[in-house]
Amino acid sequence: MEGTVTAFVLALTALGLSLVFGVMRIVNVAHGEFFMLGAVLAWGFTALIPELPFWGFMLALLAAPVCVAAIAVIADALVLRRLNYEPEATIVATIGLLYILQQSVLTLYGPNAQPVVAPISFRVVLPWFGYSGYKLVVIGAAALLLIGVWYAITRTKFGLVMRATQFDRETAQAFGVPVKLVYAAVFALGAALAAIAGVLVVPLQQAHYLMGLDPLLLSFIVVIIGGLDSLKGTVVAAFIIGLSDGIISMFFSPTLAKIIATLAVALVLVWRPQGLFGARAR
Amino acid sequence: MLKVDAINVFYGSVQVLRDVTFDLNPGEILCLLGRNGAGKTTILKSVIGQMKPRTGRISLEDIDLTALPPHEVPKQGIGYVPQGRRLFAELSVEENLQMGLLARRRGGDVRARVLDLFPVLRERLGQRAGTLSGGEQQMLATARALCLEPRILLLDEPTEGLMPIMIAKILEIVGTLREMGVATILVEQRVESALHVADRIAFIENGRVAEVMTPDRLRDDPRLLHQYVGVGVKG
Repeated sequence: MEGTVTAFVLALTALGLSLVFGVMRIVNVAHGEFFMLGAVLAWGFTALIPELPFWGFMLALLAAPVCVAAIAVIADALVLRRLNYEPEATIVATIGLLYILQQSVLTLYGPNAQPVVAPISFRVVLPWFGYSGYKLVVIGAAALLLIGVWYAITRTKFGLVMRATQFDRETAQAFGVPVKLVYAAVFALGAALAAIAGVLVVPLQQAHYLMGLDPLLLSFIVVIIGGLDSLKGTVVAAFIIGLSDGIISMFFSPTLAKIIATLAVALVLVWRPQGLFGARAR
Repeated sequence: MLKVDAINVFYGSVQVLRDVTFDLNPGEILCLLGRNGAGKTTILKSVIGQMKPRTGRISLEDIDLTALPPHEVPKQGIGYVPQGRRLFAELSVEENLQMGLLARRRGGDVRARVLDLFPVLRERLGQRAGTLSGGEQQMLATARALCLEPRILLLDEPTEGLMPIMIAKILEIVGTLREMGVATILVEQRVESALHVADRIAFIENGRVAEVMTPDRLRDDPRLLHQYVGVGVKG
């Protein structure tokens, strides 16, 4: 169960990173901070109405991704667009963004981890063990979101425009696509997905200003293994890494799980640099 | 209709177009001829908005195209078929056509008319564009641009790498479009093709329009071809 929750949350987070890289060709090192912001804002929104934890959480689930998406749009306009989305320059810029977000949260929110009450509290009891029913809620919500994103990308006009921009931004522009607007929307969408993952996971692991680092590392591992521009690969790799992380952490140690995941990345980079589902460089 | 007025275009500090001036009338086919690197493709990219002139102006009737953001230029009725086709190879034929339709928010009747011009595409709507043959890809690239219902079509070496039968088909369609009132700027390496369809021919040399003439004058004086392109004309 731990592994399944990790897998779904990781799939959401990594999908955001993969979208941003796939369409914008940007390696967003600050992606984990959007996850952290989602969790911290969830704490903030639920703290507004502590007597109504369910509605507080619902408010957080809606408002936190919107706030984080707005921060992403501002970061796009102030930083990425000015760098003309140059791959090398934006890596450095997003490292800077990572520290700005992290230190801002430390200043405003403090160094302590804060708990958020799960909106639904029940236990699923099986003959040999039991677990929190909220984990099923996380899995269900994440699965719905993944299906929604897949539908949006493959079946809607925005998805078509996004994929066309991903393949050839110059030609897309010659067909009336406002590329910079698409980039801003994709960056916001990627950030919002990470924020939703942060909101969903915060009742299970508390909000903390350094909590973005692990999801960032795991998302990079997932995106590299799955293939840098493959959404299908991202989701499949998230399940491989998420489940193995959960199982190895449970029966051995979390450190060993990270070592094996990193080793898997090294092996993929050596034998299949484009990732399991990625296309060779165009 | 289209007026290109003394544009100067640079790649960084290198000037690639120098005071380029010409105009294009409705239904006219203007062919740009010149050696590789002369600036023909840059002229097309300037018209479609991908290259911004540092000085000079490109206008379509009363609209100053140089003042528009690049994605607004095609919406004025300018279709672009880039060199090498540059299809969205991973998208289906249908999705490539939809990209053209989206730009002007046109409905299914335009799509049907375009598919009537290229019936072979109708059988391949679900197929990935990158898996089509070279000739079919060129048809799709042209069809995609026609989905914008352009008043002006920019064709960059549409016959490159195609079999003669496919070249004839593409040129036939260019002629059909002229009858429909679509003006075309055609960049072409094949002089025979240019002579076959063009109303006027502009020779581009070192980023300038060296001379504009009719195909008849070129047929009468083939030395001009040696001078500007370095080739002769068959037959």
